[in-house]
Amino acid sequence: MIDTVVPAGEPWMGVIRRGERFRIVDLEGNQAVDTLFYNADDTHEHYSAQNTIQAQGRIYLTTGSLLLSNRGRPMLRIEDDTCGRHDTLGGACSSESNTVRYALEKRYMHSCRDSFLLALARHDQGMTKRDLPSNINFFMNVPVTPEGGLRFADGISAAGRHVELSALMDTLVLISNCPQLNNPCNAYNPTPIRVMTLGVATRESA
Amino acid sequence: MSAAPHFVTPLWEEEIPGGAHWSGVVRRGVVLRLVALADDANVATLFYSREQPLERYNMADTLKAQHTAHLTTGCVCYSDMGRILCSVVADTCGWHDPLCGLTDARSLESRYGSTRFQEQRNARIVSGIEAMLVELGKYGLNERDLVANINFFSKVVVDDSGALGRVAGHARAGQFVDLRFEMDTIVLLHAGPHPLDTGTRYAPAGVRLEARHAPPPAADDVCRTRCPENARGFINTERHHR
Repeated sequence: MIDTVVPAGEPWMGVIRRGERFRIVDLEGNQAVDTLFYNADDTHEHYSAQNTIQAQGRIYLTTGSLLLSNRGRPMLRIEDDTCGRHDTLGGACSSESNTVRYALEKRYMHSCRDSFLLALARHDQGMTKRDLPSNINFFMNVPVTPEGGLRFADGISAAGRHVELSALMDTLVLISNCPQLNNPCNAYNPTPIRVMTLGVATRESA
Repeated sequence: MSAAPHFVTPLWEEEIPGGAHWSGVVRRGVVLRLVALADDANVATLFYSREQPLERYNMADTLKAQHTAHLTTGCVCYSDMGRILCSVVADTCGWHDPLCGLTDARSLESRYGSTRFQEQRNARIVSGIEAMLVELGKYGLNERDLVANINFFSKVVVDDSGALGRVAGHARAGQFVDLRFEMDTIVLLHAGPHPLDTGTRYAPAGVRLEARHAPPPAADDVCRTRCPENARGFINTERHHR
């Protein structure tokens, strides 16, 4: 069983088995949890933001959302969500995008993509930057307006809120617990999360 | 001063029939005009650096740097390395969709019925994903490189609940979008239906490509001056070429 606290600015990788439930807890509130999912047996199959939002006809994730792979297959389903909305569009921060978004000298601050790359390097299974598609930001609020604007709004999560997913295939999870210090969405204060498995789901996938 | 390329004869032109896919290298300093050849056009598009294809168009960085969920004049297409692959310097259509992705074979079959080369020959229906995998393969790339794409000429609005709504009839024949390339770029195009197009008749519009030389982006360039983020994006891109 998995049950671990991931400090802000750290990556985490783990495998959840088909049928297991996986819970992420926002321990202190408004933390961004940058997350990617891969088929544990073939990591070329991974969560696809566009396939997921296209199929559900909606950009936000919440209870009932089915996370689809780049091959159009269901990977996980969100079974429980006490936050209410999770982001599919904002992606991960990187030192390079920080130079664009904030200032050229922000290059040297820690970023989610650095965490992702270090985790993939330590994992040592041949995964690289090629294997980093657009990720989910759990607990992050990135509203799109009817006029086509996009903004990083104040968070709607709070201490202790969680999201719980059931795995529909054996899934490799890659998390960066976001270290972003330039964005008010987390009150400029990255905080720890807890990740845990809860055993086999009561509702098996169809 | 207009940023549109008012200058001259195209370096080359190409007409992509509806339903077909194309790829090629477009050099830094070239404007590629995409012209819709019929109403309701849609052109699925991906960009990769010619120098190092691991550097590629990044949907998230493009949207969040410019605080937008649609592309039009003044917007740029960011790579994942904080650089600008290309800039939208002119646009008579007004809204291009960066959210909704590609069609897959299953959804097309449910909408238009089953087709095979054996019976339909080149009138068979090719999905967006298949089209991109074929073009990626020509550069040694594969599904690991198939990132989120842009759908030019399509408008999809998002309501307060996050629901997507495609605006039918948005693009009109003759409308165009001008992409000025800031890096040598591998461009992948598929002139297929938008994934949220619910029409039951398969008749995707073709697209004409016109390539022209472009002057370097000036200090008052419409894309450079759109927001401070883009000014920094141009600095990163110009440093890369020095």
